[in-house]
Amino acid sequence: MLAFLIRRISQSAVVLLVMSLLVFVGVFYIGNPIDILIAPDATPAEYARAVHELGLDKPLWEQYTIFLKGALHGDFGNSFVYNEPALKVILDRLPATLELAFTAMFIAVIFGIPLGMVAGMKANHWIGRNIMRFSILGFSLPTFWVGLMLIIIFSVHLNWLPSGGRGETVMLLGIPVSFLTLGGLAHLILPATNLALFKTSLAIRLTRAGVQENMQMDYVKFARAKGLSETRVIGLHVMKNIMIPVVTVLGMEFGSLIAFAVVTETIFAWPGMGKLVIDSIGVLDRPIIVAYLLITVTMFIIINLIVDILYSILDPRVRLGQER
Amino acid sequence: MRNKFMALVTVCMLLLVGASGAFAQTLTIGLKGEPTSLDPHFHNVNANNEQAIYVFDKLIRQDSRQKLMPGLAVSWTPVNDKLWEFKLREGVTFHDGSPFTAEDVKFTIERIPTVPNSPSSYTGMVNAIKKIEIVDPLTIRFHTDAPAPLLPRNMATFNIISKKYGEGATTADFNSGKATIGTGPYKLVEWKRGDSIIYKRNDNYWGEKLPWDTIIAKPITNDGTRVAALKSGDVDLINFVPPADVAHLSKDAKLTLAKSPSTRLIYLHLDSDREYTPMVTDNNGNKIKNPLKDARVRKAISKAINRKAIAARIMDGLAVPAAQMLPDGYEGTSKTLKPEAYDPKGAKALLAEAGYPEGFKITIHGPNDRYVNDGDIAQAIAQMLTKVGIKTEVNTMPKSVYFGKASALEFSLMLVGWATDTGEHSNCLSALLHTYDKDKGFGSANRGRYSNPKVDALLEEALVTVDPKKHNELLVEAVELGLGDVGIIPIHYQVNVWGMKKGLNYNGRTDGYTLPREVSAAK
Repeated sequence: MLAFLIRRISQSAVVLLVMSLLVFVGVFYIGNPIDILIAPDATPAEYARAVHELGLDKPLWEQYTIFLKGALHGDFGNSFVYNEPALKVILDRLPATLELAFTAMFIAVIFGIPLGMVAGMKANHWIGRNIMRFSILGFSLPTFWVGLMLIIIFSVHLNWLPSGGRGETVMLLGIPVSFLTLGGLAHLILPATNLALFKTSLAIRLTRAGVQENMQMDYVKFARAKGLSETRVIGLHVMKNIMIPVVTVLGMEFGSLIAFAVVTETIFAWPGMGKLVIDSIGVLDRPIIVAYLLITVTMFIIINLIVDILYSILDPRVRLGQER
Repeated sequence: MRNKFMALVTVCMLLLVGASGAFAQTLTIGLKGEPTSLDPHFHNVNANNEQAIYVFDKLIRQDSRQKLMPGLAVSWTPVNDKLWEFKLREGVTFHDGSPFTAEDVKFTIERIPTVPNSPSSYTGMVNAIKKIEIVDPLTIRFHTDAPAPLLPRNMATFNIISKKYGEGATTADFNSGKATIGTGPYKLVEWKRGDSIIYKRNDNYWGEKLPWDTIIAKPITNDGTRVAALKSGDVDLINFVPPADVAHLSKDAKLTLAKSPSTRLIYLHLDSDREYTPMVTDNNGNKIKNPLKDARVRKAISKAINRKAIAARIMDGLAVPAAQMLPDGYEGTSKTLKPEAYDPKGAKALLAEAGYPEGFKITIHGPNDRYVNDGDIAQAIAQMLTKVGIKTEVNTMPKSVYFGKASALEFSLMLVGWATDTGEHSNCLSALLHTYDKDKGFGSANRGRYSNPKVDALLEEALVTVDPKKHNELLVEAVELGLGDVGIIPIHYQVNVWGMKKGLNYNGRTDGYTLPREVSAAK
């Protein structure tokens, strides 16, 4: 287990280094952020001053070395447009994104898994078929379109829910959250549903496939023959077996939920880091872009690690660190 | 279960709506841009400048057509060619009750060049001032090395902060509200990054009566979402209604729209300097000498463009065909220049006269995420040029890529926009038409490197002529000369649209700002 962890961490460090280098060089070649940030009527002297103050007049390798030195001390540099440490700007927005992602995942799990089990057990019944139709829609409709439709139906026509923003927040252990106030919850429902739609469909399909496969297995026949109740057969024995692929996939998908909440956040004006990074790419705010991607990659690495560990708990045959 | 839940949510929402009815004095605004900082001197960019007007005041205000009006200064007069005297308003206090004096003005002007890491500062607005002399607490004098007729215009661009709170304050102190203590109409309550900025009325404001207790400014960058927020009633007022939505919003009985022409000019810059220009070839793809150096070719391009069609079809009527760099009535505008009429025959004749009867090949470059319908405009212009024989390809790109390349002179024909924030012609003449001169600071946005010594001389003379009438005449002459020579090709001025709930009244501004102090509840 320890050797496994050490190997994982050293691999991760290499990934992070390569990643930072790629982004750094990429942004450098797109253009000079000052061309976008500076007032168009600024004099060349003012232009030169701004370039110098942000350290953009130094050669690329020197800028990168400065960044690396800072990064080793946890300092990713100051954002060009916010003039605050990039890490702070991003971490300010992280709770909003995490809240959205957790809620979306929660919705995906509590709707997706039961619906998937029903669809698996009643595959030829109209209920099962309709659930599968729904999941096809959830897979194929583009997020931005569904988001706009949700806004048009629930905000504009029915006027039930607010069209965007985060609403009222309260502090929970020093972190602002909105799900504890009614106003905040109302703001959370639409974007979370929007974000959850794809994952719900995914959970339905995975669960359904798992149920169908397992129902044919000998152990189910044996359990039934033993006289166990259907609830116990499905709720305990089948459930345990289908959870392995579901946890693996949803775990990995959770990373992408955080990293790619961008579209949903933009449509619902949700003040998360996805919206931040889109704005930052628009103005080539390199410190934010680099820090964001590094944080995202780190998050993926951690989530994968947790998934691997969970996997070994769910399936006792798996032993970490034994792969050669 | 789900139905019960939805019912519960509905009830809660109704309660919230009912509750908000009790606070009719709150104005919620949905804005396209979010400020990057509340430090009024950190970044000279529209979204920041707009929020700064809520909290702070300038010495000189611009009215909704950008005419100069007394602000914190009640009068400004040139004592001699190199000395301006400003009389300050009496009895003005900052939000904490401390009095506003000449010390605050001096402190502000001295702070501007020292704001660290500023990606775009106001230094250019104050660097003409060599010495600041405080005569008495309400009289301040600015000494300059050379005559500075633009000083009042420049004073109308930046906000005055309090010396008491500004001393040693960092940009972060302004963002947190610690130093955001102004003399302006609203006090900052809280900035929830990405979500909203909340203001309370300043009851001791020196200016007009303020109709709203509380202002909530919400950045909603996505156009569709902003329109939906207005339609659902989440916000009372939005700016930059996209042209495509104007038609259906104007039919909505619960909403009103306000339109105002803006000073945002969309124009073409052409490489009129280099012997060979990168994006031009003959019809067979062979390199040829730069045809754009010939004023007749530039004139032909201008004649080939159907400005009325672009305004009507692509801009849905939300554009005004342009003949110069600012709409009629601004300082330095010519009374004789009229938008070039659509004349494809005349264009072909001019091309033939210039030695290009068969035309040539060119690529037009433009951004696709910067101005209203920018990509479509470039496309339309390309088709119009192709019709008169200039086979034009289109290449549009995100602004983050485009502007760097345009400034590096990688293009030959480019679509650009310009908003003259100072509201007078010397600003755009200096940047767009004056010969590029790095040391003197001219031609900073002259991406076509147009150069005409006569235009340069007229402008430079205007810039040291304090007498307003003479100053204006020189500018008019420079504008007529530079545009007669087709230094740039003006296309149109954008028209900005605001959408609001019926019962509200906002007339809009040429600078595009949404100022709550000018929003009234019509009765």
